[in-house]
Amino acid sequence: MTNFHSTIDVSVNGQRRSDEVDHRSTLLDYLREHLGLTGSKKGCDHGQCGACTVLQDGLRINSCLQLAVMADGTEVITIEGIDAEGIDAEGIHTEGIDGTVDRAGSGGGGASLQRTFVELDGLQCGYCTPGQICSAVGVIREIAAGWPSAVMEQVTDRPALTEAEVRERMSGNLCRCGAYVNIVPAILRAQELRS
Amino acid sequence: MTPLGYARPRDVADALDRAAAPGAMFIGGGTNLVDLMKLGVETPAALVDVGRLGLDRIEELAGGGLRIGAAVRNSRLAADARVRQRYPVLAEALVNGASGQLRNMATVGGNLLQRTRCAYFQDTSADCNKRVPGSGCSARAGDHRNLAILGGSPACIATHPSDMAVAMVALDAVVNVRTPAGTSRTDVRELHRLPGSTPHIETVLAAGSLIESVDLPAPVEARSTYRKVRDRASFAFAVASVAAIVQLDDRRVRDVRIALGAVAPRPWRASAAEDVIRGESPSTALFESAIAAELADAEPLRGNAYKVPLLRNLVVRVLCELCGVDPPVRSLA
Ligand SMILES: Cc1cc2nc3c(=O)[nH]c(=O)nc-3n(C[C@H](O)[C@H](O)[C@H](O)COP(=O)(O)OP(=O)(O)OC[C@H]3O[C@@H](n4cnc5c(N)ncnc54)[C@H](O)[C@@H]3O)c2cc1C
Ligand code: FES
Ligand code: FES
Repeated sequence: MTNFHSTIDVSVNGQRRSDEVDHRSTLLDYLREHLGLTGSKKGCDHGQCGACTVLQDGLRINSCLQLAVMADGTEVITIEGIDAEGIDAEGIHTEGIDGTVDRAGSGGGGASLQRTFVELDGLQCGYCTPGQICSAVGVIREIAAGWPSAVMEQVTDRPALTEAEVRERMSGNLCRCGAYVNIVPAILRAQELRS
Repeated sequence: MTPLGYARPRDVADALDRAAAPGAMFIGGGTNLVDLMKLGVETPAALVDVGRLGLDRIEELAGGGLRIGAAVRNSRLAADARVRQRYPVLAEALVNGASGQLRNMATVGGNLLQRTRCAYFQDTSADCNKRVPGSGCSARAGDHRNLAILGGSPACIATHPSDMAVAMVALDAVVNVRTPAGTSRTDVRELHRLPGSTPHIETVLAAGSLIESVDLPAPVEARSTYRKVRDRASFAFAVASVAAIVQLDDRRVRDVRIALGAVAPRPWRASAAEDVIRGESPSTALFESAIAAELADAEPLRGNAYKVPLLRNLVVRVLCELCGVDPPVRSLA
């Protein structure tokens, strides 16, 4: 007999959970409906807007396109847990271009991003903001880890956190209020504050 | 969605076994399959998760090539130092695809086998020969702005939307496939079928085949680039793209490999254009006759005819840049 449910073991914002989920349920619906963590938003439910962005094992993902059952065994951080999210980008390391393993030294400071979004008006209605902030933490880590982007001259270059990089790397997060002009400086400022 | 089975297989043999069950499908990152399940386009009875089968490694091949596990995430592949140094065209194609979040989820196997973005394929109330064989094609008379100008058929003009696969085709990459009968190898350029009268049969793979890995042959000393044209500067599918790899001697093009994206039902190797260029001395005129040869069989429709000059200008410009030839200055027409 086919089983349509499974029990998943998952860490959410540092808390270990063991819950039964319907296989059709997405990670986003599990977070919102099952755990009551309604910070992660459902904008499009199709991977197109980024409102549902969370961190999984240190990497930003669209929680609307992952089934909850696929998240078994992973560590998930949502906007509700982002302030504690770190300085350190453990888990997202990559071999540096010189062949050495380059641990990303400066992670994205969740709390500092929350502050700079408020100070610099990186939002209007706020619906996209949890996703923007989770995504920005991911961006800062990915740049620290030397991951390439489409706006680099050469993919072998080392990226820096510039306005062009922020615009390119944050393109998976749409803002219907058009707060981009303040979102970009908020991310750049958060990085300045931390370094 | 109807109730759904889910399994995380122990090993590849177990995965193949489970995939043989009626209605079972593999799932990688889920970024295409989950999307299509929500739309009612895909209706699997059960999913077989291939994300944790140990297929997430990138290994050296004897002779300088790389073997990329099918479950390697697109972002990790683009960040890999060996890929960036030896196959920059592949890293470029990857970072031009989707968004940072999606690239952290999307796998190599899933990217190759992602379905078309044709709006009628995604809309279960529309006619679509690919989704419901024999139902007709709404795109010919409807919105086909982003559909194929090469390789299509009266039954279907859907495009394969991948950026990554275009670079792999230019790199002569090979897919390693597992079935219960054993292993086999298929060139990425031969992986997708042209639609003909059976657009619902998209690849040469037998049902239940698992893509295990993709091999990149040893890199050659060459100049290369991936160039993508899209409606907005980031996070949009291509309307046309090109991956080009050029090996120059003193005065001649010793070898050239060109693959085109978003203009055909599969990542399109432009062999006719390559044949015109190979061995010749690079010039704008040469590149124009090369792309003209490739586009000789193009069948543009009212809404996608713009892709003919777009593709011509794109390919000529990219080849000029790679060969150090001044690109032509001219109007669009
Ligand atoms: C909003 C949005 C924008 C996008 N923009 C772009 C873009 O600009 N460029 C681009 O190239 N792509 C783009 N994509 C598509 C994205 O690249 C694909 O969805 C992704 O690569 C699919 O990989 P996956 O692992 O998530 O596949 P899945 O969804 O898990 O699977 C896709 C298919 O492959 C099969 N499959 C998966 N793994 C295997 C395997 N190992 N063996 C056999 N079969 C397998 C599955 O059964 C399924 O049929 C976009 C997607 C979205 C949602
Ligand atoms: S809700 Fe997930 S990307 Fe829009
Ligand atoms: S602040 Fe309103 S959608 Fe971004």
